Amino acid sequence: MARVEHPISLQLIGITKVYPSAIALNDVSLSIRGGEVVGLIGENGAGKSTLMKVLGGTIRPDEGQIVIDGVSTAGLTVSRALDHGIAFVHQELNPFSNLDVTDNVLLGRELRKGLFGFIDRKAMEDRVRPLLDMLGTRFGPSDPVSELSLADRQLLEIARALSTNVRLIILDEPTSSLTLSETQRLLDVIRHLRDDGVAVLFITHRLSEVEMVADRVVGLRDGRNAGALAREDIDKDAMVRLMIGRPVSQFYEKPGETSGNIVLEARGLRTAANPRETVDLTLGGGEILGLAGLVGAGRTELARAIFGIDPREDGVVTVEGIPVPAGSVTEAIRAGICLVPEDRKSQGLFLDFAISQNIAMPSLAKLARYGFVDTQAELALAGDAREKLGIKAPRLDRPAGELSGGNQQKIVLAKWLATRPKVIILDEPTRGIDVGAKAEVYRLMRALAGDGAAILMISSDMEEVIGVSSRVAVMSRGRITGMLEHEELSEERILRLAVE
Amino acid sequence: MHRKDLGLAVLIVCVGTIVALVNPRFLSPINLANTANLIGLFGLFSIAQAFVIVTGGIELSIGSVIALLGVIFIDLISTFGVAWPLALAIVLVLAVLIGLLHGWLVTRLGLQPFVVTLCGLLIYRGVARFYTRDGTAGFSFGADFPALEYLVAGRTAGVPHSVIAFAIVAVIAWLVLHRTVFGRHLFAVGKNEEAARYSGIDTRRVIIVSYVLCMLLTGLSAVFFAMYTRSVQPASHGNFYELYGIAAAVLGGFSLRGGEGSIIGVVLGVILLQVLQNLVNLLGIPSSLNFAVMGSVILVGVIADTQFMAYREKRRQAAAMSTLDMQNRTPKRSEAAPEH
Repeated sequence: MARVEHPISLQLIGITKVYPSAIALNDVSLSIRGGEVVGLIGENGAGKSTLMKVLGGTIRPDEGQIVIDGVSTAGLTVSRALDHGIAFVHQELNPFSNLDVTDNVLLGRELRKGLFGFIDRKAMEDRVRPLLDMLGTRFGPSDPVSELSLADRQLLEIARALSTNVRLIILDEPTSSLTLSETQRLLDVIRHLRDDGVAVLFITHRLSEVEMVADRVVGLRDGRNAGALAREDIDKDAMVRLMIGRPVSQFYEKPGETSGNIVLEARGLRTAANPRETVDLTLGGGEILGLAGLVGAGRTELARAIFGIDPREDGVVTVEGIPVPAGSVTEAIRAGICLVPEDRKSQGLFLDFAISQNIAMPSLAKLARYGFVDTQAELALAGDAREKLGIKAPRLDRPAGELSGGNQQKIVLAKWLATRPKVIILDEPTRGIDVGAKAEVYRLMRALAGDGAAILMISSDMEEVIGVSSRVAVMSRGRITGMLEHEELSEERILRLAVE
Repeated sequence: MHRKDLGLAVLIVCVGTIVALVNPRFLSPINLANTANLIGLFGLFSIAQAFVIVTGGIELSIGSVIALLGVIFIDLISTFGVAWPLALAIVLVLAVLIGLLHGWLVTRLGLQPFVVTLCGLLIYRGVARFYTRDGTAGFSFGADFPALEYLVAGRTAGVPHSVIAFAIVAVIAWLVLHRTVFGRHLFAVGKNEEAARYSGIDTRRVIIVSYVLCMLLTGLSAVFFAMYTRSVQPASHGNFYELYGIAAAVLGGFSLRGGEGSIIGVVLGVILLQVLQNLVNLLGIPSSLNFAVMGSVILVGVIADTQFMAYREKRRQAAAMSTLDMQNRTPKRSEAAPEH
């Protein structure tokens, strides 16, 4: 990518956006110039995503001005944002997996040739190849997107943004599904872009990355400006104070000891994803077992097989010594197993359904009389959960989709806690949720373990795995390559086992 | 009662009033009884359709099944001399088997409901025509089944029994869909099948049962229609009935993506469609325009609904905006830190 000829100068002044149920942005201002990396931080629901949508042109603010290169406007459209060179890399990746890399990168801007305007495939590939080279991708211009990993899809999205005349690139949580080395690579790309005169707006919950790459940090809290930090003032404590308005004293506490009785045992378990490898695992009451590994190591598949979403190829799973029939979620729940899935929105929740209905879903049969739903009991159950888990929702009959990510995750937790599980499997429980909600989830996990539950936590966040787990099992290519006790935990040890 | 249902009820009253004003025969006992009878007949399979649509599926073979089972029902009685209660039982068992087959194809083989039931539509119609050698299945002249006729085609205090059957089925369907755990599961599977699976709902069973319920009601409906027409011409009997059911469900607020709708809505939808049909007859509109009138009303209704929703959203937005202005005008604007 060549140097940007006319670096952007952009200011948002007094932006306000109101929704019927909430004030998303209240008099927020932000400025950014070419050649600058600005980190935008804030808890979930602080208004970051809305602010970005204002920039991307998908939301028109109710009040305020957007000044680009000295020209003021009340709102952008998607095409005008593109004309100004504003490119947006979304948090949720949804490439067209039926198309290949080149088609995805240049979708809607296909190059044409000849009288009839047929697609000029060769020219398109020539245009895409240098972008991929710059990003150092392992995939080529004609690879099918359906075969790309999550990390590669992230890079694909960035390539798509760079293929326009980009002057400002907005990255929304770009590293949440990346491994350590991939994250490093992405940070390098960001520095590279900055040096070329591109303005980079970087949104993330991973404060260490902001610390590494940002020239300036802007904090949002409850839809308002919470302050800014200059380069020399950026450190973790200062950022956390910006986000939540107070210091977080102690994030991680030493987890409790296991009571010694084995609650969950898996013997000779083989999953469809890795049919050649067998997994043996025991989980004691009161312990939090971290399951670490790279993306694609087979951790989610293991969880799905234990929970009965997928059939087991082979092997036995027992809860407190009693075998759990394979391939049935109903049986797994009856045995006391529950799973908080990786994808909250499509697997964990019915976004259009009421909060109370979501929480009661797995316990409906227990709440019912003669097969009829007991609405009173349902509301009572949900009210109880709201109080216990501190779910910030004024009304339980509103759709779950209206809440912030952290509160949505609490609803998923609540729905399972209502079944009084003995084994709780959490798949990336804090992905995409903010610092405050994270701390609450950890506290909840410790409390549950304290009550004797056995917890299996899948996580790609090293800090989290080390901070929260009593023991850590590391997986690589479908098998468990090592088991580390709490005292032995270090990032380096886990990584070494993860790439074995 | 949902807002949508209320709007539909108002529309029915409006259309009814207009028709009554233009042609007072609309309110004559004989016309009301006839229209009510048709509402009952068409209502049975429309509710059947709703149970499949709520799961995100669709059942296109309803009309063909009504023809096939109608032919079999009449033939069992008039050719084989089977007692009618037994014939009814056989027809309902066949209906359940068809439902099981459709559910099985959809859930176990992963075929799309549209494809499965479209093939059903073609197959059952063909079989019905072959079975009668493309002739008409009817009761022989002078055949008499007083008990059956009283039950299915009779009247009590002027109310056709088809309407009573429809009312009973509607009440049961309302309880099942809106009050039971199974009903909640139907909505859940329709809204988000994956999340339903992750919540421990046996999604395959729920879907299969929805097709079985649908066909069971369709089987019942087939008997009512057979006794209504007394002879079944398999090439045309029940044609387009599945589309009629879909139209009633959509009018009643069911989303074809699944997970939305109410029984009150589909009942009102059926009533509106019959009143419209009656309107065409009574106002002297050429009956060839029948479908065109129905289609136009549905289209206008759906457009009005989305426009009204958008308008309401705007109003709520404006209200929220003015509350914010009030808040911001009150003193101190804290924490408005400067950027540079």
